[in-house]
Amino acid sequence: MDLSLSDEQKQLQEAAERFVRDKYPFDARRKIAATERGWLPENWAQFAELGWLGMAFSEEDGGYGGGPIETMIVMEQFGKGLVLEPFLPTVVLGGGMIASAGSAAQKEALLGPMIEGKKQFAFAWLERQSRYNLADVSLKATKEGSGWSLSGHKGVVYNAPAADDIIVLARTSGAAREQKGLTLFVVDGKAKGITRRDYPTQDSLRASELTFDKVSVGADAVLGQVDGAFPLVEGAVDRAIVALCAEATGCMDAINAATLEYIKTRKQFGVAIGKFQVLQHRMVDCFTNAQEARSMTLMASLKIDDKDPVVRAKAASGAKVQIGKSGKFCGQSAVQMHGGMGVTDELSVSHYFKRLTMIDLMFGNQQHHLTRYSNLAMAA
Amino acid sequence: MDLAFTPEERQFADDVRAFVRANLSADTRDKVKNGKHLIRDDYMRWQQALGKKGWLVYTWPKKHGGPGFTPAERYIFENVCAEEYAPGIIPFGTKMVGPVIYTFGSDEQKQKFLPAIRESTVWWCQGYSEPGSGSDLASLRTKAEKQGDHYIVNGSKTWNTMGHWADWIFCLVRTDPKVKPQEGISFLLIDMKTPGITVKPIIMADGGHEVNEVFFDNVEVPIANLVGKENEGWTCAKFLLANERLGIAAVPQSKRGVAALKDIARAEREDGKPLIENQSFAEKIADLEIQVTALEFTELRVLSSMAHGGQPGPEVSGLKVRGSEIQQRITELTMEAVGEYAAPYLPGLLWQGSNEEPVGPSYAHLAAPRYFNARKTTIYGGSNEIQKGIISKMVLGL
Repeated sequence: MDLSLSDEQKQLQEAAERFVRDKYPFDARRKIAATERGWLPENWAQFAELGWLGMAFSEEDGGYGGGPIETMIVMEQFGKGLVLEPFLPTVVLGGGMIASAGSAAQKEALLGPMIEGKKQFAFAWLERQSRYNLADVSLKATKEGSGWSLSGHKGVVYNAPAADDIIVLARTSGAAREQKGLTLFVVDGKAKGITRRDYPTQDSLRASELTFDKVSVGADAVLGQVDGAFPLVEGAVDRAIVALCAEATGCMDAINAATLEYIKTRKQFGVAIGKFQVLQHRMVDCFTNAQEARSMTLMASLKIDDKDPVVRAKAASGAKVQIGKSGKFCGQSAVQMHGGMGVTDELSVSHYFKRLTMIDLMFGNQQHHLTRYSNLAMAA
Repeated sequence: MDLAFTPEERQFADDVRAFVRANLSADTRDKVKNGKHLIRDDYMRWQQALGKKGWLVYTWPKKHGGPGFTPAERYIFENVCAEEYAPGIIPFGTKMVGPVIYTFGSDEQKQKFLPAIRESTVWWCQGYSEPGSGSDLASLRTKAEKQGDHYIVNGSKTWNTMGHWADWIFCLVRTDPKVKPQEGISFLLIDMKTPGITVKPIIMADGGHEVNEVFFDNVEVPIANLVGKENEGWTCAKFLLANERLGIAAVPQSKRGVAALKDIARAEREDGKPLIENQSFAEKIADLEIQVTALEFTELRVLSSMAHGGQPGPEVSGLKVRGSEIQQRITELTMEAVGEYAAPYLPGLLWQGSNEEPVGPSYAHLAAPRYFNARKTTIYGGSNEIQKGIISKMVLGL
């Protein structure tokens, strides 16, 4: 057993650190968030150049042969900088699903250009009633000639405004919430019949509500098996969860560092407030929480490619529970220890807090994953 | 001892309810009910209606023009107003500076300022915290130097709530820098229109503007606006803080918050069923409701002990601690109930009262901003760390 990074992985980490240091000082991030797109094409081009868009894919698929550890390394630095470029929806989710289930033609048309930085994706699965149940999907795809026609609604679709293609989870058969009967379709973001309502999110990302009104796609739009998308989606979401956990770890490190610095320098009653034991212990708990989050993220990154789907699911859910708990503790504590300054827009603290809060809500919060983990662990 | 209300008290509850229904405008009620942003005029119209009835300063004794409510009446009044979605009464005049003036002020000050507070014709704001003086309030440095029949005030105040709407500000200022910090502080009333005052907005984490920095640059304040004696302002400051902390418990608002949370949990779906049927989530709400009940009865005990004109003691710090934690927990669980639909950020709907269609259910866009905003409750009015310090020292003698 060896938990240390290889030389290549260390170089990747340094490159990601450098990117965040150069491009994502907090003031620069604020300016990027205020642009209409909400992220910078030049940064995306740099990701392509640095090989980050292809690092986690096999050489066969045009990637560079890395995996979840590489994703973890980069996502952690993205968390430290609160990076806004749509890496998760495009590369981890979109690219991940195409690599797992795409035909040779799909990989060539979609994955290749994505790795070169020329295509972006969004993953549309959530519906108004879905909450965290990936099978609670009612957007319908019906046969239309040799192809399909999609009608229904999708919500909070991250990166939909910029996505060239939207990967849509649709019901092709079966009853509501049945895991069988779901199919993934790759749909042109500008296809006729799609109406988009774009908005920023609490943490300055971009997302949309999408309405599909008889959107026609060909038979080649199906990604993977008709009626058989669920295991693919579940696996892809578990990978996305682990990537989010790495991002959250970076957020926690940054927010803890800012808080530690603040309580060392902020003086009240004639001393630095970090001299008060009540704050010392809270700060210690923040660091312990971040350590646990880091450990669980590493564990999950190492297990997420396991052959046993139960091992994978437990790893992802376990890590997500930890991140939910630790992220909330570190975020709330950082705000509290910063006092009034912590609740202002001016300091980065509130922005890390918001991102950590939204990470908990994505793909199932702490409670959801505790239940999922409990069901998996008690069954074994 | 009897928990049941008397027939008179039940009649009083009916009277309050009838009054609110007859006098609270439908649009203000709608704003409160749906969590929309209130403007100055919404507060003023409601407070002036209460003022006419003599209920605005409902915590004041009769001799100062208050209704002299019993603890039961006070409880009923607060709860019925909250149940009927009346806006919260802005405390700066009614619960903060008003009682300071009738307790420590001169007869001239009482005549000049109290009627306008009772009738809500003047909007007050608070000048306590400074950039360098938060928890350590007594270290404040905004100075007032005597020059003829005026003080010349220089310095800055922060976390000034709604000062951009205010006519007057009450300030703690340093009048003697040479003595122990607490001994050189005075309590001044300052007209916000006085030359030299600048109000600068602070944008909060939720994107809203409710607090400000206030800068004083050679601001002339008549000596007649000094409340109590010079250098004895700390007494007024502590008296005011104890009143402020009692109000912060916000029990009626929290009861309303729990009820709203239950409604949301009934409306939200999980696996096709109402979320409230999820045992784990239902138990979280139950736990919260029990906490609110404990707080409510603790507050009732404190009010009861104050029935014969007493001032709240250090035990109110405990109410502030638990009250604020409960307020935060309500927002936390509400966001949990809303789930991923808490993510869309709709500032137009949130702050400008625009008519844009919400994303998802009508309550969704409020959940995260409220959660972020409520973090302030364990910080303001003396952080909870400070409150626990007060309890350990003043109540437990540690």
